[in-house]
Amino acid sequence: MKSLAELKAIREKMQGQVNMRDGGEDDGRVRVVVGMATCGIASGARPVLNKLAEEVQNKKLANVTVTQTGCIGLCQYEPIVEVYEPGKEKVTYVKMTPEKAEEIVEQHLIRGTVLGKYTLSSTKL
Amino acid sequence: MMPEISMNVLDIAENSIRAEAALIEIGVAVDEAADTLTIVIKDDGCGMTKEQVAHVEDPFFTTRTTRKVGLGVPFYKMAALSTGGDFAIESEPGKGTEVRAVFGLSHIDRMPLGDINGTIHTLITFNTHIDFRYTYRYNDREFVLDTREFREILEGVPLDTPEVSQYIRDYLEENKTETDGGVSI
Repeated sequence: MKSLAELKAIREKMQGQVNMRDGGEDDGRVRVVVGMATCGIASGARPVLNKLAEEVQNKKLANVTVTQTGCIGLCQYEPIVEVYEPGKEKVTYVKMTPEKAEEIVEQHLIRGTVLGKYTLSSTKL
Repeated sequence: MMPEISMNVLDIAENSIRAEAALIEIGVAVDEAADTLTIVIKDDGCGMTKEQVAHVEDPFFTTRTTRKVGLGVPFYKMAALSTGGDFAIESEPGKGTEVRAVFGLSHIDRMPLGDINGTIHTLITFNTHIDFRYTYRYNDREFVLDTREFREILEGVPLDTPEVSQYIRDYLEENKTETDGGVSI
C-alpha cells in the first residue's frame, strides 16, 4: 500500500514555496469551464476535464483556472468547454475530445487564437 | 446509458455536490461469492423530502431550469436493475442522501466499472471544499482514501496542487491494484 509518509514529504516541499493561488487576484484570470452534468459525463466530459487540467498544469499556465459546471443547456453538443477571458466574448467549444482539448490549450490558451472549427458558432444550429 | 458505471458514480456524486454536502462517502465493493458489485454514495447534503425521493427516479423530474429532463438517477437505476440487481435511495431533509446500487457482477448486461480512479480523482481535485471518503473493497481486501486524513497531513497545502493531485492518482492506482490484483471489473 502507498504510504502517507510520501504525502508528508510533499507538504514539506510545498510549504517552502509561496502559493501563487492564494493571492486572490481574480483580474486577468482565464476561466475554462467544462459542463459536467449527466449529458456531459455520458458523452465523455471526464477525460476532457482531466486533459485540460493536466495540460494547463504541464504548460504552467498560472493565469488559467479549469473548473466544472452543471448542464449548459445544449446537451446535444456535449462535451462543451467554455473559455472566459476578461474583456473578451465567451468562446463555446462543442463536441470536445481530449485531443481537441489539447489543441485548445496550445492554440487558444497559449497563442490566443480561437479555434473556429470547434466553436458553437461554426455549427449549423 | 452510461458506457461505464464509474461515470454514473461521478454523475450521482455531482448531485451530492449540488446538495451542498461537506462529506461524500463512496463505497465500491466487489463480492465474487455473492456475485455482486455494490456501490454506495452517501452525503450529508440538504437531503430530499419523501415526495422528492419518489420523483427523482422519474426522468421528467429535475430541479434544474436549463432543461426539462433529469436522467442521472433513472440511468443509474436502469443500469443496476437490468443486471438483476437492486436500487434504493434513502434521504432525509437536512440530513443527507444515500444511494445504494447493487449490480449482478457476472451479468451479461452489466457495464464495466471503468475508470473509477478517474472519477474519484476528478471529484477530489475539482471540489477541494468537500471531503471525500472512498472505500474500495474486493472480496475480503480493501483500502480507504479519506481526504480528511490527507488534509491533516497537508496542513493547508491544497488537494489540487499538482504534486498532491499526482499523489492522489498514484495512491488510487497502486492501492486498487494491490487490492484486486489488477483485474478489470
